[in-house]
Amino acid sequence: MKQERIQVQKVNLLKMDQHDLNIFMKRYGIGFVLLGMFIVLSVASPRFLTVLNLSNVLTTVSINGLLAMGMVFVITAGGIDLSIGSMLALGSVTIGLIMNATGSIFLACAGSIIICALFGLVNGFLVAKFDMFPFVVTLASMLVIRGVSYVMSGGYSFALAKPEFAQIGLGKLFGAIPFPALIFVIITLMAFVLLQLTKFGRYVYAVGGNIKSATASGVNVLWTRIGTFVIMGICAGTAAIIMTARINAAQPNIGTGYEVDAIAACVIGGTSFSGGISTIPGTFIGVMIIGLIFNGMNLIGISSYWQIIMKGLLIIAAVMMDKFINRKN
Amino acid sequence: MHKNAGSENNSYEFILDCNDITKQYGGTQALNGVQLKLKKGQVHALIGENGAGKSTLMKIIGGLVQPNSGTVFFEGKHYQAKSPVEAINAGIAMIHQELNPQPYLSIAESIFLNREDNYKNIPILNKKATNERAVKVLKKFNISLNPKIHMEHLTLAQIQMIEIVKAVSTNARLILMDEPTSSLDSEETEHLFNTIRDLQSKGVTIVYISHRMDEIFDVCDSYSVFRDGSFIDSGNISDVTKNDLISLMVGRVVKNIFPKVECSIHDVVFRAEKLCGKGFKDISFEVHAGEILGITGLVGSGRSETMESIFGLNPLNSGKMYLYEKEIRIKNVRDAMDKGIAMINEDRKEYGLCLFRSITENISLPSLRKKHKGILINQKKEKEECNEIASKLSIKMANIKTDAFSLSGGNQQKVVVAKWLMDRPELIILDEPTRGVDVGAKAEIHSLMCQFAAEGMAIIMVSSELPEVMGMSDRILIYHEGSLNGEITRSEILSGKENQETILKKEFGGR
Repeated sequence: MKQERIQVQKVNLLKMDQHDLNIFMKRYGIGFVLLGMFIVLSVASPRFLTVLNLSNVLTTVSINGLLAMGMVFVITAGGIDLSIGSMLALGSVTIGLIMNATGSIFLACAGSIIICALFGLVNGFLVAKFDMFPFVVTLASMLVIRGVSYVMSGGYSFALAKPEFAQIGLGKLFGAIPFPALIFVIITLMAFVLLQLTKFGRYVYAVGGNIKSATASGVNVLWTRIGTFVIMGICAGTAAIIMTARINAAQPNIGTGYEVDAIAACVIGGTSFSGGISTIPGTFIGVMIIGLIFNGMNLIGISSYWQIIMKGLLIIAAVMMDKFINRKN
Repeated sequence: MHKNAGSENNSYEFILDCNDITKQYGGTQALNGVQLKLKKGQVHALIGENGAGKSTLMKIIGGLVQPNSGTVFFEGKHYQAKSPVEAINAGIAMIHQELNPQPYLSIAESIFLNREDNYKNIPILNKKATNERAVKVLKKFNISLNPKIHMEHLTLAQIQMIEIVKAVSTNARLILMDEPTSSLDSEETEHLFNTIRDLQSKGVTIVYISHRMDEIFDVCDSYSVFRDGSFIDSGNISDVTKNDLISLMVGRVVKNIFPKVECSIHDVVFRAEKLCGKGFKDISFEVHAGEILGITGLVGSGRSETMESIFGLNPLNSGKMYLYEKEIRIKNVRDAMDKGIAMINEDRKEYGLCLFRSITENISLPSLRKKHKGILINQKKEKEECNEIASKLSIKMANIKTDAFSLSGGNQQKVVVAKWLMDRPELIILDEPTRGVDVGAKAEIHSLMCQFAAEGMAIIMVSSELPEVMGMSDRILIYHEGSLNGEITRSEILSGKENQETILKKEFGGR
């Protein structure tokens, strides 16, 4: 009797009835894994739960975080984008070339975002218009984009004309919040609004959930699918700015393998690979879990090779959980 | 003459003897204690309306589905196939209505898939030996195709022949054919019949499912009739007429009571003029405000295809459409929606719902564009409107945020109806609105339709279920093989001038 009342109170506290709670658990159950990691790491290392370390974690995950925020749109609409690692390189080279030619940091950053968005548009157009497999299309554009960045840079890294650009990677707002972390958080909020509160977001879910039903409901499937790839491009172009600022040089050979971590973050965060199911908070949690594996193991002093194994195992666990939850498929 | 080829030598009377077969899918009784008895070497027609349970029984015999109860004896021995492989090993092959060939395998590889030849003691394929074997079996059927040709280059009829060859090469003594002629032209059909007669002379028994009466009288020796999941009658084809069989198939009087409310019928809302497209030609009709226009015909007769073209899902080849006497052009679904046309597709799971999204999201999807200005969704307004319509249609649900998946068939269908009522349409097309829906929900959907009519909408209802069409429609159009073959008014039905038998006759191409 007493127990029952306690339970009801708990549920009321979260302003949810039992049913909402079930949905919440299904969507955000992975959050408890993150919570568990937090507790274990806090106990294991006194250096973990400090403002400095946590803002370090946010800074480290910011690049993967931005990529994951784009990737979640693409995967939710039933696609995949393998070309984002190459986009980072293209963005970097573009920043360097524009900055050294015009001396404008703003133009350089805009250039990175625009060129990546354009390649996203091409990816999306090929996938949606000709109904080609996104895996194959973006595999090909991964090569093309990488090649373009080598051609544009002549194959060499080069220094940037504006040393203050590095502040985007190093600087802190009010001396406390690192800019990369700030950008990541802002983009996450924007992604949340776009995917979960707008009509476009709703169409993304509908297209990924059942493309035929979306068509029969009058959804513009073509532009919805293209849109997700453009968003991916914008996120990749933004990530390229942070990455270039942190390296403080334009490099055509960066970004290899970054698509893997972005996809991993989405999947760990509960994004269904068959499309139609995902949340931005879930993806954020996925990004943080990957970041903590790296950060935590370093703090505890476990060989960094193990973090790769852990990441792999975690993806399998997450996909199994996805299968289990969506077994009704 | 060929009817009793050698049956007296065997210890069993029937090569296949099914008794009291029952099968339930969820709450629906697909088969209710049916029997099927076949004599060796016969071609046996299995007939019944859509949903009579023919295909279910075929699936049970073919090992695709397990019965809930009943016994099957094959060649005198107890038979129960848990998979298609077991059925094939026992000597029963099935030729499906939808052929699924392996496009990139050669004819020989397809015939001997899973039975390939190896070189002696080495696990490497001996293609030459397989090809030679293929030539031998093809020769038996006078097929002169090169066995090295890939399946993708064959016509549908040829693929079907290869399926039959494959069945015979597995030493099948019983072949089940589910509407084998549905995609064949008359010449190919004749060729198939010659093959069937040839098989028969070799002592093979055949179950032949078809909606085409002429074919049944052409090639079959005996028949069984199913209706609503029950066995009705069987006998020799030579003892009956086409009309006898149709009466047996229909049998019942209209026993379901439909809540049809007579509404006053107003002006023409929608008019179609000589619509042609894939699967239909020269379709002209009109539908008035307040009217329920019933459309019926056999499955595959072009009814749904026409509706999908009107709604912009498939292109029209030619023809004109008018809404309130103004010509309209519809290139895609959005055009149709903007003109005030809504369509509830026959395939609820494919075209109706995103099963793993919430009821709210499903209901509001088509109307988001108009109802919410700007890019943001007004969550509160959305929830209120969805709740309102859900309670209007009395959708039974735990919560409006639950997945559509968790609902019963009837409630899922109501969600689909709700989707299209958010934005009041001028013309609403319902394709099989009560398929897979329990009796209670069915009646509710029917009274909703009457309500729409009373509100002045024009309604087109496509249905295979004759009692439903007859009970609900003000007028009925009958399709036969892609064209309209007759129009019936409500008064003709009420006066008894037209009934299920006459409608079914028209569906089969009669006058």
